[in-house]
Amino acid sequence: MFAGFMVNTWIVATIVAIVAGVVGFFVVLRGSSFAAHAIPNASFAGAAGANLVGANAVGGLLVFAVAGALGIAFLSKRGRRDVATALAVVLMLALGALFLSFSTEYAAETYSLLFGEVLGISSSELMPTVVLALLAIVAVATCWRLLLLTSVMPELAEARGVHTYRVELVFLLIVAVATSLSVPVVGALLMFSLMIGPPAAARSFTTNPFFAVVLAVSFALATVWAAIAASYTTTWPIGFFVGVLGAAFFLTGRAYAVWRRDRTGAPAARPSAGQSGATEIVARSG
Amino acid sequence: MGGFWSHVVEPGFFQSQTVQVALLVGGVVAAVSGVVGVLTVLRGQSFAGHALGDISATGGSGAFLLSINPLFGFLGMGLAAAGCMEAIGVRRVRGRDVATGIVLGAALGVAALFLYFDTTFHSTSGAAITVLFGSLFVVSTSTVPAIVACAAGAFAVVLLLYRPLLLSSIGEDVAAARGVPVRVIGALFILTMAITVALSAITIGAILSTALLIGPAATALRMTRRPVTAMVAAVAIGVAATWVGCLLAYDSFYWPPVQHGWPVSFCIVAVIFVSYLVVDSARWHRLRRANVPAGSQDPAAAAARPLHESSTHDAEVLGSPRTD
Repeated sequence: MFAGFMVNTWIVATIVAIVAGVVGFFVVLRGSSFAAHAIPNASFAGAAGANLVGANAVGGLLVFAVAGALGIAFLSKRGRRDVATALAVVLMLALGALFLSFSTEYAAETYSLLFGEVLGISSSELMPTVVLALLAIVAVATCWRLLLLTSVMPELAEARGVHTYRVELVFLLIVAVATSLSVPVVGALLMFSLMIGPPAAARSFTTNPFFAVVLAVSFALATVWAAIAASYTTTWPIGFFVGVLGAAFFLTGRAYAVWRRDRTGAPAARPSAGQSGATEIVARSG
Repeated sequence: MGGFWSHVVEPGFFQSQTVQVALLVGGVVAAVSGVVGVLTVLRGQSFAGHALGDISATGGSGAFLLSINPLFGFLGMGLAAAGCMEAIGVRRVRGRDVATGIVLGAALGVAALFLYFDTTFHSTSGAAITVLFGSLFVVSTSTVPAIVACAAGAFAVVLLLYRPLLLSSIGEDVAAARGVPVRVIGALFILTMAITVALSAITIGAILSTALLIGPAATALRMTRRPVTAMVAAVAIGVAATWVGCLLAYDSFYWPPVQHGWPVSFCIVAVIFVSYLVVDSARWHRLRRANVPAGSQDPAAAAARPLHESSTHDAEVLGSPRTD
């Protein structure tokens, strides 16, 4: 399991989990689950396209993920956000299907892009992954307060002259970057589980945004490491373990919240309570 | 003239039995998707619709594993997931985004496992493609009666519950105040949505089924605000897009870069998307010329209010409410 050819897998998976925890916290806080689901799917088309023309896979992923983020932002400027996201995601998936149908390795390639491939990580892919991960985390750290403010109190942000639309665009781009580095490992369909399950669970345990991020990262790391170990032992797809473990963390978090509410009689950390914690932070520091 | 038409419609298009079945199934499914889709968009449940499509892929891949008709796999899993999502609270606007996501993530994981078993134990390596991206040209004739029956069922539910559905789409409080059992109506609607999505999963593949559900409906609601008119328009757009998509796919047999045809699902989705863009741009320009603020001129405010686009919109949808 820890043999030479697995080292890259462990490193990349660790990076992916950290980024997923950090970015995922804001995905859950902002209610952007659908966008977080859509952008990885867009990058699936990119990987398929890059494969077709023989270009660098990460490059293809990045180009399409960014195009998907911009497409969602552009379409939702004119209409409903969920409809815009739905339209963007099906177009991207359809393009992916088209590109794959041109290629000769149709079935196997589709499968590994959608559901992940643990063993396929070469050393040359390490560097871009590290750079993209740093980019995503630095971007979140820089925009930390703006992201919190626009997530929790969009009206106040507007009143203070914050361009919420620009912040949303930046956030979608961050999701795009985070996605591009993770699709080759956990696959397009399951990067999403990693960005939703652990952060949603973390918010059941604490209302403090900083601790929530730390917890989300820990849960994501536990999920990914357990998934790789299980996948290596059983040869079952890693996506299965990531998906099921993510849901298990969420259910544990909800169960804890209910248990604490019953015991103390106080309102537990419901999904909305995480927000009030964030609201306090913003109010205090602002 | 005859020469022109033989270029547009490749010879043999209407004679082929595969094409006839495809046109019939595609038409029926697009019609019911248009009707249910308008309500889905009005209720702000696009994500749930998309999630149901992805989740039904789990059922489809399980059906391959058990060698049963994929339609029943799509249907069974879709209905189960709809029940799950309803149970863990998709009704609350704030929490349902995450609830939908969690169910979706878990189901996708199971889909990954089923597809892995399909390839490993059944050596049906094409299962992933068929389930996820589908092909209208491989629908077997024996499935047609079941598809038509399901479509009729979904259509009947919408017809019977039209008024309370519309009311509860506009505002749960308003509907509850008028004595609509909001919870039951919501549950029935999400089950109807699951059936519709299962049908469109058969038509254009599980993860593309959203295109038929949301695309024509969103386009229609760009043209008119009246729900019934929008439904008629959505049906027309959906059926037309499906048929044009079939035609394109049939014609594409000799297109570059490979000479084995483009995927029919891609052709349908592309037609739907282009029609949305055209209608949307036309509306945008019309509003700009009329100097009327568009319904969502302020994108941030629109994002903050995901459920209802504007109050005027709600009022128009409500029409002249009965005062009984």
